[in-house]
Amino acid sequence: MTGSTSLLARSWKQKQTKIGTAIILVVLFIAIAGPWLAPYSATEFVGPPFTGSTSAAPLGTDVLGHDVLSRTLRGGLFVVWSSIAAAIVAMLIGVTLGLLAGYRGGFTDGLTMRGFDIVLAFPQLILVLIFVSLIGPKAWLIVLLTGIALSPGVARVTRGLTQEVAQRDFVRAAELMGMSRRRILWSEILPNLSSALLVEFTTRMIWAIGVIASLAFLGLGPTSDVGNWGLMINENRVGLPIQPLGVIAPVVVMAGFAVGTGLIAEGISRSMARIEGARTS
Amino acid sequence: MTKVQTDPDPETALLASAGGEAGVLATSGGGGRYGVAKWVARRLALSVVVLFLVSIVVFVATQALPSDPAEAILGRDATPQRVAALTEQLNLDKPMLEQYTSWLGGVLTGDLGDSLAAQRPVADEIGSAFVNSIALLICCAIVLLPLAIGFGAWSAMRRDSFGDRGGLGAALLVGAIPDFVIGIVMTILLATNVFKVLPAVALFPDGSSPFSHPDALVLPTLTLVIASMPYLYRLSRASMIEILESDYVQMARLKGVSSKRIMVRHALPNALVPTIQASALVLSLLLSGVVVIEFLFRFPGLGSELAESVSNRDLPMIQTITLIYAAVIVLLNLIADLLTVMVSPRLRGELK
Repeated sequence: MTGSTSLLARSWKQKQTKIGTAIILVVLFIAIAGPWLAPYSATEFVGPPFTGSTSAAPLGTDVLGHDVLSRTLRGGLFVVWSSIAAAIVAMLIGVTLGLLAGYRGGFTDGLTMRGFDIVLAFPQLILVLIFVSLIGPKAWLIVLLTGIALSPGVARVTRGLTQEVAQRDFVRAAELMGMSRRRILWSEILPNLSSALLVEFTTRMIWAIGVIASLAFLGLGPTSDVGNWGLMINENRVGLPIQPLGVIAPVVVMAGFAVGTGLIAEGISRSMARIEGARTS
Repeated sequence: MTKVQTDPDPETALLASAGGEAGVLATSGGGGRYGVAKWVARRLALSVVVLFLVSIVVFVATQALPSDPAEAILGRDATPQRVAALTEQLNLDKPMLEQYTSWLGGVLTGDLGDSLAAQRPVADEIGSAFVNSIALLICCAIVLLPLAIGFGAWSAMRRDSFGDRGGLGAALLVGAIPDFVIGIVMTILLATNVFKVLPAVALFPDGSSPFSHPDALVLPTLTLVIASMPYLYRLSRASMIEILESDYVQMARLKGVSSKRIMVRHALPNALVPTIQASALVLSLLLSGVVVIEFLFRFPGLGSELAESVSNRDLPMIQTITLIYAAVIVLLNLIADLLTVMVSPRLRGELK
């Protein structure tokens, strides 16, 4: 995986990557350490509903009179971990099928790509909605389906690159030496794709955040007392004219998570474009 | 097109996932193995097959996978009589294959079943919602397409200038933020807190045309346009740059043709093909965004109906609405591919 490590090192020189990483670290800190820092529990009443900022509750109270600060600190974990997990699932499915389709070609290729045509026929959010609607909003189901919904793009990129790399001499040599197909795919071809796949992963993360945050906003995240940022925005928006902080606090952390990821993705793909440019010219 | 598919650039990768079918035809030289007429027939058949498979996915997800759909719909406290009645109504006691064929048969003959929550036919229930959603999509497309394409071309002509870099930076930030967060920010800015000039909810009476309530359309349209702008802008900028660097544009420049004429006569017509494919993709992205945005602004469209049906576990409604979304996407991709063939001069020649 030397390709992706040197790409990471290079992308660190981009200012987008640095700013993005700083924002992401803050958001991760809030999501992970937040539950320990929160002054109140998620269900404690600290005042009348939709009270503005007070000394006891600096961000005011929400629709049920809970502390907005505490709920913001406690409600980040689901959106953060499930977005990351969904992007990983998308990579696992997309890379595996893309490698197979690109290397074997023919029937396997046709079958895989037609399969992805079906996935692409649904708007991403709706593919997840159909399954969640009657089975219920289980976290693993949401992660798995978001991963499936995001995998076709990964598979297309992997497949295209695999077709290209498979023509190179070292793959031909490995084939002549009688190396097993699995070893050729995993130890000869895959390492050559690592840079492009790193770029894919960061872009899939942005999409995953969009799908999972939207589901949570629709009230279809896993049900718990703690709530989550998406649900908070939905619950507190009726109080926007009198207590906007109940919406603004989760909006800021959510937007920070998405924008931070976007900046890192941009930094990495810029360095990638630069490396590619240097190679071809 | 092969180059596009291997390009790690986010926007071209997006473009590749838009619908490579017409692109495959363009690169394989069209007439070689099979003619364009044959390709069109094959493309139509493929759409029908995909729609058929989509119906299986919808059925499996909603009716076959849940262990007891009747109980899931009515809740654990439901009386056995009600569960039995619902099982009867939805044919849940029949074998899976029979359930599927009777459902699909109903869909194909226009019998979509009854909404469980409203107790009236699904078709009546979603008719006006469908029209409202289409109206919203049309509004978005009318504003979005010329704006994004024009701005993309403008940016490409001033590559690396202050305006170009500013545009890219804004696209990067806005493109990462989830649609509904943009909608919330717009609400705070224009409806509830900063400037109170627009209604925060887009409610209007059932059956009346959305165009007779223009103020209700503004916020949903604005949000969806802002949310979808970054992709289309970056795509049209990238494809315009590619064209401006091509040999024939360079040649025209060397011959002293004015840059305005180059743009109008050479660059814009050639940017048409990638733009058509990109527009189909962006419209299908819009469909995803539309569900959340309609829910956010309580716009009485298909997306709001879907969100409500999901929380009511209204099985026939969920099945019908998701099927409609998939059908619209398949249709959009089909139209985009057919248009691509029609505007590519070499391929158009083959059709005659």
